[in-house]
Amino acid sequence: MTLAPGANGVDVADLTLINLTKSFGDFIAVDDLTLTIPAGSFFALLGPSGCGKTTTLRMVAGLEDPTAGQIMLGDRDLTSLKAFKRPVNTVFQSYALFPHLDVFENVAFGLRRRGIKDVAGQVNQMLELVELGPLARRKPGQLSGGQQQRVAVARALINNPGVLLLDEPLGALDLKLRRQMQIELKRIQTEVGTSFVHVTHDQEEAMTMADTVAVMNMGRIEQMGAPVDIYDLPTTRFVATFLGQSNEIEGQIVESSGDELVFSAYGQRFGVPASRSVVDQGPAYLGVRPEKLGIVPAGQADSVAAQANQVSGKITDTSFAGVSTQYMVMTSWGDEWIVFEQNRSASQPLRPGDEVVVHWLVEHSFGLSPQV
Amino acid sequence: MRWLRRHLIGIIAILVLVYLFVPIAVVGVLSFNSPVGKYNTSWNEFSIDAWTNICGVPGVCSSFVLSIQIGLFATLVATIFGAMIAFALVRYRFRGRDTTNLLIFLPMATPEVVLGSSLLALFLNLAFPLGFWTVLIAHIMFTISFIVVAVKARLQGMDPRLEEASRDLYANPAATFRYVTFPLVLPGILGAALLGFALSFDDFIITFFNAGTLVTFPVYIWGAAQRGIPVQAYALATLVFLVALVFVLVVQWINHRRRRSLEAAVGIST
Amino acid sequence: MTTTTSTPVAATSVSTQRRPRTGYLLLLPGIAWLAVFFVVPIITLLITSLQAPVPGRSGVYTLGFEVSNYADALSAYWPQFIRSFVYASIATILALLLAYPLAYFIAFKAGRWRALMLVLVVAPFFASFLLRTYAWRTILSDEGAITSFFNALNLLPDNRILNTPIGVVLGLTYNFLPFMILPLYAALEKIDPRLIEAANDLYARPFTGFRKVIWPLSLPGVVAGTLLTFIPASGDFINARLLGSPSDSMVGTAIQVNFLQFRDYPVASALSFILMAIILTVVFIYIRRAGTEDLV
Repeated sequence: MTLAPGANGVDVADLTLINLTKSFGDFIAVDDLTLTIPAGSFFALLGPSGCGKTTTLRMVAGLEDPTAGQIMLGDRDLTSLKAFKRPVNTVFQSYALFPHLDVFENVAFGLRRRGIKDVAGQVNQMLELVELGPLARRKPGQLSGGQQQRVAVARALINNPGVLLLDEPLGALDLKLRRQMQIELKRIQTEVGTSFVHVTHDQEEAMTMADTVAVMNMGRIEQMGAPVDIYDLPTTRFVATFLGQSNEIEGQIVESSGDELVFSAYGQRFGVPASRSVVDQGPAYLGVRPEKLGIVPAGQADSVAAQANQVSGKITDTSFAGVSTQYMVMTSWGDEWIVFEQNRSASQPLRPGDEVVVHWLVEHSFGLSPQV
Repeated sequence: MRWLRRHLIGIIAILVLVYLFVPIAVVGVLSFNSPVGKYNTSWNEFSIDAWTNICGVPGVCSSFVLSIQIGLFATLVATIFGAMIAFALVRYRFRGRDTTNLLIFLPMATPEVVLGSSLLALFLNLAFPLGFWTVLIAHIMFTISFIVVAVKARLQGMDPRLEEASRDLYANPAATFRYVTFPLVLPGILGAALLGFALSFDDFIITFFNAGTLVTFPVYIWGAAQRGIPVQAYALATLVFLVALVFVLVVQWINHRRRRSLEAAVGIST
Repeated sequence: MTTTTSTPVAATSVSTQRRPRTGYLLLLPGIAWLAVFFVVPIITLLITSLQAPVPGRSGVYTLGFEVSNYADALSAYWPQFIRSFVYASIATILALLLAYPLAYFIAFKAGRWRALMLVLVVAPFFASFLLRTYAWRTILSDEGAITSFFNALNLLPDNRILNTPIGVVLGLTYNFLPFMILPLYAALEKIDPRLIEAANDLYARPFTGFRKVIWPLSLPGVVAGTLLTFIPASGDFINARLLGSPSDSMVGTAIQVNFLQFRDYPVASALSFILMAIILTVVFIYIRRAGTEDLV
């Protein structure tokens, strides 16, 4: 199944937001946002409630007027175009399917409003794509959540939009169905080649589906990039904790000659590669992901490589989770760290109360600015 | 004793329903009465004369038809005006919203005698002749508020995303109204219209003040009371009640059936 | 995100998309109708209530400022006012006592009978108000079973119900009962039945659970229902006429008789205006107290 780009007079083009701002009274929901979403990409806007991601999406859809800034699709300025004239379509949160129209008429809605007479062929083709052919005459109320979700996607996609916007599209589904629909949406996106802009607060969903993830907080984009890159090297403390989990130490960078910075905290020294730190002097945070950590009983500290970073502490909690074991470790200065240990050896897990040394390779550290 | 305590609320509920229906049943029974003398107040013997010759007494049927006419006209106008106000209140932002809400609320908080007598005061001062038009004007006036409240509730219950989805799918404001908003609000409007018709058809107090020599069905009954209300009036009232009851029950039954098939369909598909 | 932006933001965006002028145009016909045929008549009522009679011509009055009309109206008809509010108050309380169990039952216990029971509550609206009230004359007649029963128990002061205040109050209670049931049901229906279970789970006895959980949550319905019963009951004259004796007449009777039989428009208007003023005062104090200002 192919849907030729251009049927709607729109080629797949880059979506560009320029200095986009939206304020509601004193509250700035979206703060001077500038970003480009490349044509044909699966882009995720990830952030907690109230971070401005949905407002951004609604501005792109034309459902909200920006306070300032510009929205461009290719060379076309969409900023002042009404919602019903924009070559952009939305899959709404909880779908917003028209309850008085059947599946076929829901999907045909956009075509009919644009005055297209013979819609049957296109609608049926689209229903095939989302595997809903036999349910064309059902009302939305007679469909399961997953089926409603597909109708919502079909209803938007049939218009061959320049960009498809998805507002928390999987939020109403249970976990199993959500996994299934993630794969399904990814398949549809690959098949039609339209840019998808997906808004979600679910980091796992964003990372599995999107080519590019932008993490939003307080109306701004904190970090943007491929999921692997952001996860491996977060550049703000917000991203480090919102996307996955992180252990942090507060301290100072005391030496910055050469490729490796020296970070000092609580009388101890730690190494961090200069290329993995956003600050190279003064107050800083050192971070490391829990699965990058090794853990040994205090008595076996000698076995840890001398150049590795080390933290000693005491186990406060052990939870066994099959493939891995999660330890909570109280550091000597009183912070609580998380350690994920793959269960590769046959030995018994360490027990709460055990004194341990937690260690990791210098190249797994990342250095962050102290600002949140 | 324990059984009684557990089902006490249910028993009271049934008794209250019986209380609501006893007078209606009496009206129905008396419509099959052949009264002694002119007052149809106590049971004498069974007769279907009133039903077979339902217009047999002068004035009964003409007043009945008049009440239906006034009810239909008043409902039509009040429903249009009331629905428009409800749309404005829910969908538009404008100054004077509080005043508008108050103006909708006040007629409902004013006793009918006051509504009826104040309109009469106006018509008397203007020397406006009482009759069909004054009654129609009055009925539209007191029905509007009820319609506004009913339609407003329906509109507020509507998911705003549906209209957004429509705009997103190339429907301009007019098309959004025609293809999404209106069809979704229509059941609410029809329900409100049914209520409006019932209020207008059965109104006596306001009508009585402004009718002049016009005789609607309730005015007919009131007037006939002195000389004895004909059995035909009982038959017509019973007829209206049964038709309305059957109509509402059928609508309910259809809704119920639809819901059942819907649940069945979802059960199969998931 | 879901809750903070979608609902309120959606609402603002809908209204910002639309021009207020269209809003005014939508309001215009209905509001104009209410202004001309509700507000203007009330003002006319006030003016009429201050008119003075033209000597020698009955039923004809001229513009004036006869505040004495109010004194006349009150001194002649204060018993009717008292009776109206007493009868209406008793009827409202009785209606609340009858309606609450029924509304509660429909909301929480009726199950699949819920829709049918609601239809039955509304059904009396479709049967003639006047004929139903006449039917009470038959039911409560002096020879009837109900009167005989209560007489056998020696409970009736006048040995009858018809043509006594009891008859009037019974009729008022009956006629406005659906207006009490419907708002009560609407309020109760919104309450999550699990709240009752939660209250029981937290060691509240059934009655305490009701008093602390259900009753407070149903208050908006109680307020709306009592108003919708009290207002029409206090202005009614049909029940007093059909089920009471002439000495049970209410203020509605006085207004009707003065307007339509004596053609004493100033006194009738004064009575009407006083009735409206008292009721509106009561309503607004009551709403304030109950803290539910969003009745409309």
